[in-house]
Amino acid sequence: MDFLIMLLAAAIASGTPLLIATLGGILNERAGIIQLGTEGIMLMGAVTSCLLYLRTGSLGLALLAAAGVSAALGLIHAFMTVSLRANHIVTGLAMTLFGTGLSAYLGKPVSGQPMPAPVPKVNLDFLDGVPVLGELFAHLDVFTWASFALAVLLHLLIHRTSWGLHLRAMGDNPATADVMGIRVQLSRYLYVTAGAILIGLAGADLLLVYSPVWNEGMTAGRGWIAVALIIFARWNPLRALLCAYFFGALDSLGFRIQLEGTAIPSYFLKMIPYVVTILVLMYLGWRNRGKPSGSPEALGSPYIREQRL
Amino acid sequence: MKRVISFKAATVMLMALMLVTAGCGNSSSSNSGTAANAGTAANTGTAEGGSGKPAIEKPRVAFVYIGPPGDGGWTYEHDNGRKYMEEQTGIKADTVENVPESADAERIITELAQDHDIIFTTSFGYMDYTLNVAKKFPKVIFEHAAGYKTADNMGTYFGRNYEASYLSGIAAGKMTKKNLIGYVGAFPIPEVIYNLNAFALGAQSVNPDAKVSVIWSNTWYDPTAERQAAVSLLDKGADVLLAYQDSPATIQAAAERGAFAGGNDSDMSRFAPDNYLTNPTWNWGPYYTKVVKSVMDGTWKSDQYMGDLKDGMVGLAPLGAKIPEDVKKLVEDAKAKLLDGTLDVFAGPIADQSGAAKVEQGKSLSLDDILAMDWLVKGVDGSIPK
Repeated sequence: MDFLIMLLAAAIASGTPLLIATLGGILNERAGIIQLGTEGIMLMGAVTSCLLYLRTGSLGLALLAAAGVSAALGLIHAFMTVSLRANHIVTGLAMTLFGTGLSAYLGKPVSGQPMPAPVPKVNLDFLDGVPVLGELFAHLDVFTWASFALAVLLHLLIHRTSWGLHLRAMGDNPATADVMGIRVQLSRYLYVTAGAILIGLAGADLLLVYSPVWNEGMTAGRGWIAVALIIFARWNPLRALLCAYFFGALDSLGFRIQLEGTAIPSYFLKMIPYVVTILVLMYLGWRNRGKPSGSPEALGSPYIREQRL
Repeated sequence: MKRVISFKAATVMLMALMLVTAGCGNSSSSNSGTAANAGTAANTGTAEGGSGKPAIEKPRVAFVYIGPPGDGGWTYEHDNGRKYMEEQTGIKADTVENVPESADAERIITELAQDHDIIFTTSFGYMDYTLNVAKKFPKVIFEHAAGYKTADNMGTYFGRNYEASYLSGIAAGKMTKKNLIGYVGAFPIPEVIYNLNAFALGAQSVNPDAKVSVIWSNTWYDPTAERQAAVSLLDKGADVLLAYQDSPATIQAAAERGAFAGGNDSDMSRFAPDNYLTNPTWNWGPYYTKVVKSVMDGTWKSDQYMGDLKDGMVGLAPLGAKIPEDVKKLVEDAKAKLLDGTLDVFAGPIADQSGAAKVEQGKSLSLDDILAMDWLVKGVDGSIPK
């Protein structure tokens, strides 16, 4: 039992950046734009927040800067995919390569420096001593609580409001949405930018909360896992919550199995998250064969009014 | 639309696959790893030595680094060594950072060899690349850290850092209240194994009940993975941690739970002043100065240099602010005994995990045995993957 609760606590800790990035990705894709630049944007968010936090000591400024930089990257992605109708996948890959390289360059002077102060925690002292709940929720940081709220909020917005209906319409059939009077191009710009901001903040969360030292390429593939999680969660924010924690648990499961004493070499245990990604995608593909994938119908296709493609 | 989705899924899978292979690549490489048979190579490789190099008045010096000098550990200390050498000799050195242990390394070392006289390659994984280039450029002098292959124009250098690991173990053994100490090891290779064993022996010397639980992170430098490993050990109940890793992630994770912890390579107290234990450190400066000076006066010879506490290449970081005086005194006493030679870390009797005697009373392990160690001492909880 203890093992499970501790694993769950570790899952929430390492799943939070994944969750925030996945939510950003869902916003992008619900609007019909594929975002494969996640890894690069996360790294840029992380390095900007690190630079600002170390220079100014202000957490707010650090987050604002991370949001600003990732918004700029989101705008570039939107301009390429919405206005220029460039291939989403190639643009996204370019964003990842660009973000990886630039963040490594910018982060050089601060690499290995400790953060001035940890992110404030929400201490729910009345939960202390309560089994399970107390161990999981009594001393979480503000980012984690914000990510819970965000997942619920986005779920309600997408599935329970007319605003969400418009968003889904845009992703499924932009021509119809346009006829309905939704300004497709403008809205896509907005959603891609908002999604990128969340992805950038996921990077900031990874750096400020989870691993408070900048080092080159510190996301170590988490951006790609977040992209896979979108499909995993079938574009649903609440399911994204579960999937992110599932992967968070896998992330630390390898070490825990090692400590329990097992004959499996640690090299294999280290592959668990990546192997499971492949297996789950295969399983989902097999189970949903012949059925709609749950993805936005117009995902990845550009839309220009009165043009056939 | 279907096609777009499957293309995307395929891209994601491709990336995941790339990560798996990248992961494998990382785990087979090692940056500060030591050679299994350094000692034997010393006997054969340098019998004649490469004397007779002409003196070079102003040698051009280059350093090849595995990480960024800001890593706060391994590369940071090599860079400090470079700065010290520059001050002492007045020679300005060139550096290349973040050089992967792959064919890239050979290309970079080759380029450096074309316009330098001495090249320090500061990671175990550069060994074969350095040797290849050394064969092509017989007039250039190569110095490789932590390896075991040499040539007439290529020497190696490393140190007995297990002496400092033993001292860290004394502090850990005194500070643990639950008698469970966690050790985050990078790779199950001899260098880490003999440091872990020395650490465990140190802890048991002051606290026979202390157990050391080891976890392999399979990375030299990945703060997030190191953190996961550290948290797993804390969850298991360990209340003192030591990390044979290049980043301070373990110290930070331990500090959040109020546990004492140490790292590796350099004084890492600034990452958690109140929860810092101590750890082995490196001081490469005097050795780099010596090598450069010997090239300047033409006395350089290919050698396998092994530093220790006595010559200062290996050191122990000052004990943390919250470590009591009596523990400090114990560590100081043991250090004095190591320095005057009355204490030998690997002197018998030492039993392995199964309890079988590995080193008998009155005997002691030779350097060759230490550098090829592939077994864990009694009281260590964990296994070496075969």
